[in-house]
Amino acid sequence: MTGVIQLDCRGGVKDADLGRLRAGDSVELTGRVISFRDASAARLARALEKGEPLPLPLENQILYAVGPSPPKPGQVIGSAGPTTTARMARYLPALFKAGVRAVIGKGELHGEDMTHFVEHGAVYLAAIGGLGALLAKQITAAEVVAYEDLGPEALYTLELQTFPSVVIIDREGQNFHETARARWRVERPTRT
Amino acid sequence: MLRHVDVAVLRDCVSRLLVECNYTIPADVLQALRDAAAREESPLGRRTLEQLVRNYEVAAAERLPVCQDSGLAVVMLDVGQDVHWTGGSLQEAIYEGIREGTRSGYLRWSVTGDPTRLLKTAGGDTPGVIHVDIVPGTDVRLTVASKGFGAENMSALKMFVPADGVAAIKEFVLETVDRAGANACPPIIVGVGVGGTFETAALLAKKAVLRPIDVRHSRTDLRGLEGELLEAVNRLGIGAQGLGGLVTALAVNIEVFPTHIAGLPVAVNLGCHSMRRMSAVL
Repeated sequence: MTGVIQLDCRGGVKDADLGRLRAGDSVELTGRVISFRDASAARLARALEKGEPLPLPLENQILYAVGPSPPKPGQVIGSAGPTTTARMARYLPALFKAGVRAVIGKGELHGEDMTHFVEHGAVYLAAIGGLGALLAKQITAAEVVAYEDLGPEALYTLELQTFPSVVIIDREGQNFHETARARWRVERPTRT
Repeated sequence: MLRHVDVAVLRDCVSRLLVECNYTIPADVLQALRDAAAREESPLGRRTLEQLVRNYEVAAAERLPVCQDSGLAVVMLDVGQDVHWTGGSLQEAIYEGIREGTRSGYLRWSVTGDPTRLLKTAGGDTPGVIHVDIVPGTDVRLTVASKGFGAENMSALKMFVPADGVAAIKEFVLETVDRAGANACPPIIVGVGVGGTFETAALLAKKAVLRPIDVRHSRTDLRGLEGELLEAVNRLGIGAQGLGGLVTALAVNIEVFPTHIAGLPVAVNLGCHSMRRMSAVL
């Protein structure tokens, strides 16, 4: 395991920084990301389809698949780990066209879902699912910017501070879930 | 002798268990994660397991939900047949306990009132799932679980036939875990339900996934099958969060029930490492 790469996405993520990332790299993100989830992604995609204005610009932005739990008094945000990205995969091509450059989530993306990333030069990063209490400590500000009626699925802007993740799909089309599984798979007959 | 139990006692117990199970994962699961971190050879897998252990230690100490997905509440009741409920609706008391726990524990409200989403205005007035078994005696045993849907979505059920045999059970378990991959939030707990009718198998699988993972099946042959399947699952290479490694599952738990001479229903319910379950006796 090599060192941890720092990815600065303050004021939008830089193309060259994303291009340097390789599947399997450990990355810590600092800067603003936008939350998305089943209902908010559907609403964003619908707005794009109808040519309606978006609640906030998506150019050079990173989306984070998360629906946080409510903050306790004194907390910026409640537990805030990633949710399964694949559920929102069908909306991603439209969001990439609107300027999204990377997605943080959890779980696997294969086939067409992965091809969309590669075609749009987007990068997929996975955070650890079930790390909600710790990951909340890497979020220094949270603000609902739209779709407040969706509750935990509202559109938040989140300020991340050294937020840990691993690159799953890079721009060269490598998929770390696939290579890691193949590397660690043990082919031997069941012991009886 | 009849025992009278006020539903308010059950309501408060449900609320307390729901909050506590979301802050503190069971000791058997935490220990299994520590053991897994010690034996994992994949560096990324080991680092992930160590971070998960840390997450659970911090969540318990600071009383935070271990995961933002505080799940769909599942309340399993074993009610003694000589219990008489007083003070109102049993079902509503359980629902109120779930609502109160969700509110007071700062848990995420994750229920949509209409699964078809056709009713745009449907709120989540029914906040959970209740299963009741009537048993001899005057005790009430309950288990409250918060079932996250990352793993629930990757669960599966299939109606095999007798000729398919145990080989089909093994293959189906492996196929389900392999297909789930990182999506089920490994390391996972695999609950396997075999027998009964269509719905029995699913409920058995749920009971299996909620069984403590340091408890093996009482039948020697099934205990052997649990061990064999756990080894096979861990050879898939998925590892913690699908980052590759030797630890994909912490346990495979099997529950069985008699079935029809024509049938072999098999359900596989997956549980993520954030196992939220807690039990009590009233």
